[in-house]
Amino acid sequence: MDYFLELVCSGLVRGSIYALIALGYTMVYGIIQLINFAHGEIYMIGAFVALIVSGVLTIYGFSGVSILVLAALIAAIYAAAYGYTLEKIAYRPLRTAPRLSPLISAIGASLFLQNYVLLAQTPDYLPFPELIPEFAFMDPIAQRTGLGSAELVILVTSAVTMIGLTVLIKYTRIGKAMRATQQDMTMARLVGVNVDRVISMTFVIGSVLAAIGGVLVGSSIGQINFYIGFMAGVKAFTAAVLGGIGNIPGAALGGLVLGLAESLAAGYVSSAYEDVFAFGVLVIILILRPEGLLGKAVKQKV
Amino acid sequence: MKNIKQSLLIAAWFVFLTFPLMVVKVNTLKHLVEWRWLNMLWVALGAFFLSFVWRWAMERKQLRSRADEESGGDDGTGLGHRLLHDPKLFRPALGGLAAAALLFPWVLDVYQVNIMVLALIFVVLGLGLNITVGLAGLLDLGYVAFFAVGAYSYALINQYYGLGFWACLPVGGIIGAFLGVVLGFPILRLRGDYLAIVTLGFGSIAKIVIENWEDFTNGAKGVANIPRPGLFGMEMNIGAATIYTYYLMLLMVLFTIFVTNRLKDSRIGRAWMALREDEIACVAMGVDMARTKLSAYAFGAFWAGAVGVIFAARNTYINPNSFTFMESAIVLSIVVLGGMGSIVGVIIAALVLILMPEYLRAFADYRMLVFGAVMVLMMIFRPQGLIANVRKTYVHRKPAAEESNG
Repeated sequence: MDYFLELVCSGLVRGSIYALIALGYTMVYGIIQLINFAHGEIYMIGAFVALIVSGVLTIYGFSGVSILVLAALIAAIYAAAYGYTLEKIAYRPLRTAPRLSPLISAIGASLFLQNYVLLAQTPDYLPFPELIPEFAFMDPIAQRTGLGSAELVILVTSAVTMIGLTVLIKYTRIGKAMRATQQDMTMARLVGVNVDRVISMTFVIGSVLAAIGGVLVGSSIGQINFYIGFMAGVKAFTAAVLGGIGNIPGAALGGLVLGLAESLAAGYVSSAYEDVFAFGVLVIILILRPEGLLGKAVKQKV
Repeated sequence: MKNIKQSLLIAAWFVFLTFPLMVVKVNTLKHLVEWRWLNMLWVALGAFFLSFVWRWAMERKQLRSRADEESGGDDGTGLGHRLLHDPKLFRPALGGLAAAALLFPWVLDVYQVNIMVLALIFVVLGLGLNITVGLAGLLDLGYVAFFAVGAYSYALINQYYGLGFWACLPVGGIIGAFLGVVLGFPILRLRGDYLAIVTLGFGSIAKIVIENWEDFTNGAKGVANIPRPGLFGMEMNIGAATIYTYYLMLLMVLFTIFVTNRLKDSRIGRAWMALREDEIACVAMGVDMARTKLSAYAFGAFWAGAVGVIFAARNTYINPNSFTFMESAIVLSIVVLGGMGSIVGVIIAALVLILMPEYLRAFADYRMLVFGAVMVLMMIFRPQGLIANVRKTYVHRKPAAEESNG
């Protein structure tokens, strides 16, 4: 029983990271129907910036939680800047192009960013400093469930971020503009919404979430390299599709389902095949519900 | 003046953007920081000058699209098209090309021929994917899976049953096509982006299975000692075998071109193109969607499987690392950069993309960086590809007498 509990807990942690990254995919897709393939790379860049900042700060004698906060903050700023620039260079000129063009452009941008980090830094795995402190009160829980303080921080942070995002979208001006743009871009523009700004903001918010995910994963796994963004991106996109793409609670649900499925498959079947199970779940759910778990079926107009 | 100010701002922005990654290099084990200020200068200068080029290109693009609107669209009379459609130019060009292709292995050394074989393998892969993506409009990001299956089917059938190259060539293709149908079946209902992620998943599943099925596929170690293609049991040294493989590949390319060209104008080819343009209208016109989609997958996968066999025979050693998402992305970009659906474009793009990195060994580290950038730039400035596929149109010609009167 404890083994099962352990698997569920690790699945939840994994899933909440997927969910955090998936939100960026889902928001962008909801508004401009683009799979932002380079989103995983933003996550990777977030992790790298955090690593560099924390490394420099450690050497200059800082320590403790201040490093974590500062590293996460700077990583979020940089990820936002990268997301913004990416949209401006690689996607905005293709706003009116056929659907396949921005997708190819996104794949190109993803390759570019990967190799940029590879060349500017290193192809090796870099050890990521342990930024999250050990909480004493977690010890008894960790013994039963394997849920350490790093995992607790991940769960709490992603829950808080997701609630924050929901509030942002429901109650703020920019959230309202986003929902309007999602419903009908032309109409939103006609009633005075600055659509370009809304899209930029979407990229910025999504990138910040991805960077938070990158920092959390980096400090709980303990190592990163230039290639981590690819698989994380694919998994997060899978999560977004699972939950019904364009749907924010769906992305959270999809992430959790995917994380649990992977963790259980890794625990009871074989850890080598966990990715196979992830995609297997995706295919099965898409066959049964092509619009995703929480998605609404859209009637095609002829 | 305004431009300079804008470019300065852009340069500053890029300096900010690339600062942590380009300038700082941290060694977290030895607690060392390396500051590389020179990189910052390069980024600043590069961004400053490139922003001028970018603005100029954007302006030109806008001017061109405005001109297109006035003249009613691009009529596609570039040099490429003149060369293709004017028999006076086309025939000598084709003759020269054929002579060059035939003489190639006798003029250059084995190394060059070997690279050329690889390039031709990618030509066939590109033409195969061109059926699925270019003609039928089904985005496939896991195409390399079929290639891997073809290569492994030859390697393993040879290892376990001792079957030769010629027996395995069609088998590889058929296994590929079969898998294409098996994959295509569950995802018939998905469109566009959903399709992309499922095929991407399929591609990585294939690699994971090959990597982990140790008893059968030899896992990450790969399969070695795969025999080269034979010719009536003749013994050949490596040089002769390479040249032989080259000619084989040349024949394969010609065969592929012939078949895809015929397919394009056939009933099923037109059904593919109709499907690509508008699925709903196409189904409403009575095209069987399931059959059309599955056949597109099967035909596309067939070529990947068959050419996978040749790839295994050329390398005499294969392992799962030759079949990553990267290869799928390269083949996809060959199709897109060449011009979707255009056979000549795909061939040129394959040759350029595969040969360029080989001959630019000095820039080998930067090639994937450039590759990604080219993909983005191509989509922005020339979305129709190197040589756009022009549909057959029927132009009404006035009778000669009437023309001279008028």
